[in-house]
Amino acid sequence: MTAPTAPQRPRGPAALFHDGAILAWRNLVQLPRTPELLLFTLIQPIMFVLLFTYVFGGSIGQSLPPGISYAQFLIPGIMVQTLVFSTNSTAVGLADDLQKGLVDRFRSLPIARSAVLVGRICSDTVRLAMVAVVLVLVGYVVGFRFEAGLGWGVLMILVAVAFGFSMSWVMATIGLSVRDAETASTAGFVWLFPLTFVSSVFVPVTSMPGWLQVIARNNPVTLLSNLLREFTLIGRPAAGTVLPVLAWTVGIVVVFAPLAVSRYRKV
Amino acid sequence: MSPIIEVDGLVKHFGETRAVDGVSFAVETGSVLGLLGPNGAGKTTTVRMLATLLTPDAGRATIEGLDVVADATRVRSVIGLTGQYAAVDEKLTGRENLWMVGRLLGMDRGAADERASELLERFRLSDAGDRQVRTYSGGMRRRVDLAVSLVGRPAVLFLDEPTTGLDPVSRIEMWDVTRELVGDGTTVLLTTQYLEEADELADRIVVIDHGLVIAEGTADELKDRTGGRTLEVELTRADDLERAAGLARGLGDRRVTVDPERAALSVDVGDDTEFAAEVVARLSQSGVDIADFRLDRPSLDDVFLALTGHGTEDPTSSPEVAS
Repeated sequence: MTAPTAPQRPRGPAALFHDGAILAWRNLVQLPRTPELLLFTLIQPIMFVLLFTYVFGGSIGQSLPPGISYAQFLIPGIMVQTLVFSTNSTAVGLADDLQKGLVDRFRSLPIARSAVLVGRICSDTVRLAMVAVVLVLVGYVVGFRFEAGLGWGVLMILVAVAFGFSMSWVMATIGLSVRDAETASTAGFVWLFPLTFVSSVFVPVTSMPGWLQVIARNNPVTLLSNLLREFTLIGRPAAGTVLPVLAWTVGIVVVFAPLAVSRYRKV
Repeated sequence: MSPIIEVDGLVKHFGETRAVDGVSFAVETGSVLGLLGPNGAGKTTTVRMLATLLTPDAGRATIEGLDVVADATRVRSVIGLTGQYAAVDEKLTGRENLWMVGRLLGMDRGAADERASELLERFRLSDAGDRQVRTYSGGMRRRVDLAVSLVGRPAVLFLDEPTTGLDPVSRIEMWDVTRELVGDGTTVLLTTQYLEEADELADRIVVIDHGLVIAEGTADELKDRTGGRTLEVELTRADDLERAAGLARGLGDRRVTVDPERAALSVDVGDDTEFAAEVVARLSQSGVDIADFRLDRPSLDDVFLALTGHGTEDPTSSPEVAS
């Protein structure tokens, strides 16, 4: 037995950082122990890249501007799609913690109020970065290249992960608003199909009917996919393409982070 | 000794459900209070308010003089909570669960390591400590859950239905562990729907039903309240039963019931043990062959029936509101 210690907890914002980091550790350490999560994280992006490149690539490649291969077109888009889908685990993870009583456990400890939320989103963001790197590696196998150089490539990954981070707050709000992990999974999933398919992720928007083009053009997923393509193909983005993506990324956090925090306080 | 927990007129309503409807009690430092009641009585809601997980609609409660609403964060560093469903991370090992809470409480890595090992040993989990909790048995899960709530050496421990769903052996293990804690000076607030459990562990019992406190006292005091003791006499021959009952009735105005199946009669004797002796002597003198006799104290089940008009497993009770 050791003598009782009087641990010193950090205060203020340092406390949120300290507690969030420990809770993020908790989520990350489980990653290799959760086969289904690992599958979604690693196998699914690999499968999607291979399927789309070899099954659809032949026909869709025809409608692309000359000189751009389908792999060049696909990888930035599929990165957005995969990262957006991967944020679903934020909803599932939080709903699961709620359902299993872990949130009660954490809320009965003298820790920062939003630490559970911050920890979850931080660990999920790390996971998103892992997914993005895997995607680029698989992309290189099927012919994708950072044409504009590695620097722009890294920026592409960072911007994509930032958008995923922002979408995680939407998922957190969903996860804290439903009864159980199963419902969270469904509620977090269904709307992602129209969001990611009515976009330029897989096909050029010009191949869609006129009315759908209007939606697809203004979809943040399209805006982001196009921006990422500029990063990988040309480097310096064209005027007016950065601001909308930045606005969506920041805007979603500004709206949903307070919503998620207020949901968390009420559970 | 002054009370470490003081609860004064706590109220929590969920829509139409009056989950807790004005509950008051106090718990002395270093004692065990049993909050006893059927499902849906408001036990869990009360504990959730005391553990700062729910804000009361009215009333107030203090722990070590700290208000559970205004001083919630300071209250949290004084309490430990072990819920009905083991709230530990199944995908972490037992050791990692303990370590994580130690770190969250502000211990450095070394101190958290040490505290984890200490608690694993104390709860006989040293061998299983490096396995994921999902591989644990029900009893082991409860033990690790309890261990996790003790990492910060809380002065007050809430045990919310600690043995619900456990097999008898694990239940007795949990009881032993709880007694040890009390031996160390921890104040325990235990909720249970098992009367036997309250009887075994609690110094004082608060009986709660439909969100209201309906009785309070030691187990003995509550038992006395139902009218005291019963004399049970088993006869060798069932033929003697009616005559024996007549003799007992002749001795005084006491309720006498017969059970022909067991050839037994029971007499309500209150606290008058001499009367019980008189009955036995009279039967024996009159040539009634007595096989066995004993003086029974009422069980807490009888107490609950007497207090509420229904048993502890009342299906008409409103469902427990957990969140």
